[in-house]
Amino acid sequence: MNLSAVSPELQPVLEEVTKRFHGRIESVFTPRLNEVYFEARMDLVAGFCAHLFRKWDARLVSVFADDARTGAGVFHLYYVMALDAAHGFFTLRVPVPSETSEFLSLTDAMPAVNWQEREIQDMFGLKLRGHPNPRRCALHDDWPEVYPLRKDFDLRTVLPPFEGVRHKFRTVEGEGVFQVPVGPVHAGIIEPGHFLFSVAGEPVLYLQLRLFYVHKGTEKLFENLPVSHGVRLAESISGDSSFAHATAFCHAVERAAGVQAPARARAMRSICLELERIYNHIADVGAICTDVAFVTANMHAMRLRERVLRVNEQLTGNRLLRGMACLGGVRFDWDAEQLASLAELVDELKPEFDSLAQLVEGSSSTLDRLETTGVLKPKVARDLGVVGIAGRASGFDHDLRRDFPHAAYDEVEVHVPVYQVGDVEHRMQVRIDEVRESLSLLQQFLTKLPAGPLHTEIGELPADRVALGYVEGWRGEIFHWIRTAPGNRLARCKIKDPSLQNWPALSEAILGNIIPDFPVVNKSFNLSYSGNDR
Amino acid sequence: MLGILGKSISTGIVTTSYPVTPPEVSRHTRGRPEIGWPNWTDARPAAAVCPTGAISFQNNGQQRRASLDLGKCVFCGLCAGADKSIRMTNVRECAARRRDDLVTTAAYLLKTDETHDRMVSPPSSPKPAVSAPLPPPGASVEAIGQQIKERVGKIFGRSLHIREVDAGSCNGCEIEIGGLNSPVYDIERFGIHFVASPRHADMLLVTGPVTRNMELALKKTYDATPDPRLVVAVGACGCSGGIFGVNYATRGAVDAVIPVDLYIPGCPPHPLTILDGVLRLLGQIEDRR
Repeated sequence: MNLSAVSPELQPVLEEVTKRFHGRIESVFTPRLNEVYFEARMDLVAGFCAHLFRKWDARLVSVFADDARTGAGVFHLYYVMALDAAHGFFTLRVPVPSETSEFLSLTDAMPAVNWQEREIQDMFGLKLRGHPNPRRCALHDDWPEVYPLRKDFDLRTVLPPFEGVRHKFRTVEGEGVFQVPVGPVHAGIIEPGHFLFSVAGEPVLYLQLRLFYVHKGTEKLFENLPVSHGVRLAESISGDSSFAHATAFCHAVERAAGVQAPARARAMRSICLELERIYNHIADVGAICTDVAFVTANMHAMRLRERVLRVNEQLTGNRLLRGMACLGGVRFDWDAEQLASLAELVDELKPEFDSLAQLVEGSSSTLDRLETTGVLKPKVARDLGVVGIAGRASGFDHDLRRDFPHAAYDEVEVHVPVYQVGDVEHRMQVRIDEVRESLSLLQQFLTKLPAGPLHTEIGELPADRVALGYVEGWRGEIFHWIRTAPGNRLARCKIKDPSLQNWPALSEAILGNIIPDFPVVNKSFNLSYSGNDR
Repeated sequence: MLGILGKSISTGIVTTSYPVTPPEVSRHTRGRPEIGWPNWTDARPAAAVCPTGAISFQNNGQQRRASLDLGKCVFCGLCAGADKSIRMTNVRECAARRRDDLVTTAAYLLKTDETHDRMVSPPSSPKPAVSAPLPPPGASVEAIGQQIKERVGKIFGRSLHIREVDAGSCNGCEIEIGGLNSPVYDIERFGIHFVASPRHADMLLVTGPVTRNMELALKKTYDATPDPRLVVAVGACGCSGGIFGVNYATRGAVDAVIPVDLYIPGCPPHPLTILDGVLRLLGQIEDRR
């Protein structure tokens, strides 16, 4: 093993891990300075993960499968771990023979992987062993026995019509206990999902989430598109994170191809990512106020969001920044007039946003509803691996922009707000702090926007390369993992939206709160259904 | 309290004067693409880069039929980069009553290298709009609001109530539909309200692609909406299935599941595109009565 193939910070970790698991790790592969792959058997997974967690403070950020039966004769399971302090990713790859098709669950030790493991079971037909609740998750109860992400399943398969089998939720019983079903069609202009509240009087005893209503076969579709079209598909994974997802996808492809976007494009990517963060955060601050009946604040927030969306359109031709990302960089350059409109937005938004924040902070009736509502304790957040805004409001000091600098974030210092309280108010406070930080970052990127080309040529993408792309979106960390196929295609594209990690935290945060507070608690997380369901 | 009032007063009115004045559109906006049909020399480069198949062609011997389908278009502008005969306009209004009206097709004779020799059948004339544009020149917002309220009143006997249904969208369309409630677009000035239940609704605004997991919920929502009811398919995915198309997990377009009265293309459509489509639809329905 060549230690110098990884970054100096990762070398001691790699050395220790290979020494400790000597003889049990079958091979080590270091395609990039901060990305290491280990190959081992199934029985090593739990011990390997546990060791990395304890010794190196690692986090399991994604668990997924890949049908490699044509090449390797087996399914592969991938366990991607982030080492925040050493700024690297360790991925454990485990073969699952197609004859046994079984894998061991980690959910009991790590509740965070619950849905991800069940999704593997649904999509690949690999049987989970030792899972506390191995029921269907991504494919609803009425689905026939199909395994869409297996290579012998055709994307265009026509399945028999929907039968509408009722999902059997867990029952909660007792004197005065009621169950309140909500969704999938909700009262507001939002995405679909089903929430089943069990309540005793007003307080919520238990919340069951049923999602995946908007599962669109996205990961399978990536395997059927030329890689350049994949950028447009990535823009539609989660509409409010179009640019972040598209950039994470491009990042993965660029890493697989061994190229880097030019400096100007990297800075422009960071600018677009910050614009996406700003418009979503402002809208969320407003929506949180609406949910506690402070509508005036929301009207101001909507007005400011509209201001940002128009600058988005001025800069990229699309209000949600769509069409801007491309493999190797960005598509459109900015002239002096466009840059001036961006600078003007930054100048204008600073006092405007401060004034909005003052309005909210000065409203005691609003704060009264937000404080101590929907508390997610740091310990629970840590156990569930909660990331992004919700993680930072519950004590998790983490941000890929600072810990794994991508785009042009290595050029600036990103200040990350962290609170320990974990209530709705602090999830809003993280947003308020982040908008201010984003405005400052925009100014920094603008003053030193490098000149030069807009994109690097990718050329013919080599087949059978693996790469992890990542971006800190406004909601949290986004990962795109790809394995390339011949002819500029992908054999697999695994998308990890932060929502998949964070949804279960909502069930914890709502406990003991009253149903009328659910909208504001839900909004304070503002998780993506489409990004979760794909 | 005084602070809240003071801020509102100092902010002033921010609502757009559209439809009295034309919409403020940046010259960088990518609206509907325009093809120079008579001089189009080759449909293949644009079709190759189009991620959704909005530009497509079919060869039949020496002839080629080439089409632009606005219902599939995501307005990315890649075609314009690949083909000089295509340019992206900043025109936003493009709603249509019939799905076919979003498709423009022309036929060409082919040379031996499969480029176009000449156009043999001109493009079907575009039918972008339904009914005449709303504002008579010089009208005030109040007058238009009044006019629309009267139209809505004649059709439904009261103001128009819309129920939004996300049947599989990425949430992009929801952002822009939600924008209609902002003080900038303020759809309520026309007596149009978003409501929480299909039981209260006259119109369903549906985004897609309709997933297999949402199909039943969409049908039930439709059944729960009292007659007369209107259905509007919003966005490329709602109109056609968009980049997702039809696959094991989606049924594609909204009209594959319930009947649709209006198609509003876009990815996502601008709030004004949605507003324009809805207002025109009301105008046309009134005209028909």
